[in-house]
Amino acid sequence: MTKQKFSHRLWIMPAIALFSLMLFGCNGNGNLSSSSDAAQKVYVAPGELDEFYGFMSGGYNGQLGVYGLPSGRHIFTIPVFSQAAVNGYGYSEETKAMLNTSHGFVPWGDAHHPELSQTNGETDGRWIFINENNTPRIARIGLDEFKTQEIIEIPNSAGNHASSFVTPNTEYVSAATRFSIPIDEDMSNMDVAIDSYEDTFKGTISFIKVSDEGKMNIDFQILMPGFDYDLSHAGKGPSDGWAFFTSYNSEQAHTLLEINASKNDKDFIAAVNWKKAAEYVKEGKGKMMPGKHVRNYIDHEEGGIAKSETIEEVRVLDPRELEGIVYFLPTPKSPHGVDIDPSGKYIIAGGKLSTVIPVHSFAKMSSAIESEDYEGEVMGIPVLKYDSILHGEVENPGLGPLHTEFDDKGFAYTTAFISSEIVKWDVENTQVVDRIDTYYSPGHLMIPGGDSQKPDGKYLVALNKITKDRYLPTGPEMFHSAQLIDISGDKMQLLLDFPTEGEPHYAQGILAEKVMKRQKRFYKLEENTHPQRATSEAQTRVERDGNEVHVYMTTIRSHFSPDNIEGIKVGDKVYFHVTNLEQDWDVPHGFAMKGANNAELLIMPGETLTLTWEPKEAGVFPFYCTDFCSALHQEMQGYVRVSPKNADVPLSYGTGK
Amino acid sequence: MKGSTVITAVALLVALFMSGCGGDGSGSSQNQQADQQKENGLTSFEQKHGIGPVTEKVSLNGVDMEMAQKGKETFELKCSACHKLNERYIGPALGDVLDRRSPTYVMNMILNPDGMVKEHPEAKKLMQEYLSPMPNQGLSKEEARAIVEYFASDLE
Repeated sequence: MTKQKFSHRLWIMPAIALFSLMLFGCNGNGNLSSSSDAAQKVYVAPGELDEFYGFMSGGYNGQLGVYGLPSGRHIFTIPVFSQAAVNGYGYSEETKAMLNTSHGFVPWGDAHHPELSQTNGETDGRWIFINENNTPRIARIGLDEFKTQEIIEIPNSAGNHASSFVTPNTEYVSAATRFSIPIDEDMSNMDVAIDSYEDTFKGTISFIKVSDEGKMNIDFQILMPGFDYDLSHAGKGPSDGWAFFTSYNSEQAHTLLEINASKNDKDFIAAVNWKKAAEYVKEGKGKMMPGKHVRNYIDHEEGGIAKSETIEEVRVLDPRELEGIVYFLPTPKSPHGVDIDPSGKYIIAGGKLSTVIPVHSFAKMSSAIESEDYEGEVMGIPVLKYDSILHGEVENPGLGPLHTEFDDKGFAYTTAFISSEIVKWDVENTQVVDRIDTYYSPGHLMIPGGDSQKPDGKYLVALNKITKDRYLPTGPEMFHSAQLIDISGDKMQLLLDFPTEGEPHYAQGILAEKVMKRQKRFYKLEENTHPQRATSEAQTRVERDGNEVHVYMTTIRSHFSPDNIEGIKVGDKVYFHVTNLEQDWDVPHGFAMKGANNAELLIMPGETLTLTWEPKEAGVFPFYCTDFCSALHQEMQGYVRVSPKNADVPLSYGTGK
Repeated sequence: MKGSTVITAVALLVALFMSGCGGDGSGSSQNQQADQQKENGLTSFEQKHGIGPVTEKVSLNGVDMEMAQKGKETFELKCSACHKLNERYIGPALGDVLDRRSPTYVMNMILNPDGMVKEHPEAKKLMQEYLSPMPNQGLSKEEARAIVEYFASDLE
């Protein structure tokens, strides 16, 4: 009897489970009615490659995450603005200069908006730029080696948020202050009362010239009213030559912005005629102002070692003096994103507190400027009339519209943060045609090429700000959640959730083949120009120079040369210059020194990297290879003998002796 | 009776799984047999001159000293971390390698070490003896050819 009852209950349990699965499995959290269909679409079989690269900003981890799409597989993280113990970036002698600023060495950054370089309005796979918000900087990453190759600081700026967006031929990458700061003629009086904001605070918009080799320099800055400048995108096609920057806090509040910067019915999009500004610069217009900033770059001529240079001044253009470089487009309710459709005809703003999405017409804007159809001016900048420049308003776009990207069929996709959805609408007639829930609260979204003139309108990635119950819980802190949505048909279809590192703000996507064709697999030893290289074991040696000791070391599967070193003394500063002699793909060697106060080195084939070590006590200290390199990896080790400061142990070294 | 049927069925199933999942399969005994057959079945060219991108016999006609000098430089840069001319190191001493191997064999060993170690009986034997597999150092055919010239020369 008891047994019978028991088995009866057992019978019920799977039934309940099945029933609840049917109830909640299908509609509950946006799971698909046909998940096998979705699985087919995102399945990349073992050994197969993804169709697209996805580059997602790491946000407050300061790095750039690389993902394969549609699988959502996290395939790499490129260290950019933060030190990375994983490979010694920002610790090694070769890379630490990359994090120099006018404030000294800054080990961390807040990375927001990656932007691929473009040629003729199309992503070209040469570089990807990304901004740092906190200590204003822009980095350029070479997609031949997936390494940060240059970082330039933006002077006279704070909160470098409206950055780093490129013009259609990567003539310029732009930046703007989110936080206005005190700015005067000679930048001599920065120590002002905060409540003098309206009189003393200004914003700046910066245009950084990019050379054919990628070298960045600040061509000019434009002085702007003391608003907050938020996001940007360059014009294209008919609007090429212009760039658009959203602003909020036209109230010029300096405290409790949550309330005080949300009072005006409309703020502005600043339309900047960068071609005209560049002409003024060529004519020598504007003036040089103090603007100390540091530029760090990898010197490929000299061993790929990062170097820093300090630039003291910057050319500043004042729109009060130079006509025709900036116009204000009134735009409802603290606009956030500003996005230009692939045709270059329309300027779309995400008014985060607005109930509509305004779509400005570039043609109407141009004729309003021509006929000087202004409603007033702010700091000498003409303000156009909202009704004269409006193409249309998207009604019922969801609550809290933030960002818009585009497909190649004339549709726009806008994230609605508050109502957690993506809304698809027709750019020409501004009618909403589809909407899909996201989980939860999307910020940016990304369609490969979706902000260029040639979008690949197959997938959309929603970059959600809130994760909550989407993955196995990891305590209070969790990764952010991205969602892959199929946009190839009339109806959007949710395909996949995948976690992303840090806080991806914006992201960029590109057809993998555009990037793959320029990949380096290793560095050729004969092209190694590092001054401390040892490109054969015959060149390995240990040299003392006062209390500095230089170890010229090599690695190959699976030994170090030298691997026994004696004659090091307490108080020495030891430089391990390690050259990896391997010439094959994916054979890095690691170098880890017991007690080192910095990091390890991860040395790519053909590369030379340097770790410093300052032993504090006498003893014998092992070092070893951290990257499992061969069947005899565990044998790849060595010893350094450290003697007291006054010892007379002679310097000696060797391998296999 | 019933039990042994089950066991037989399970065994069959296991066998099916094993052979089904072989992949490029050096793992299963069947494949090892296949390897042996293949080993015996190497063409006589492959037996003598190795397996790799050099499929036509390379002959030496005197020594081109200019080429030998280039070979010496490449050897020092890419090979000397593991090979010495006159003493055993990580790999075998190479000063007299041309007494043991054909120039073509040496080139294929340089250009296709992974394949050689997997498939050529002589390279397999050396792998057993030296334990550390030879890395592919990414040399071009011309560079490998120059290294052979260096081995043939009296350059040290």
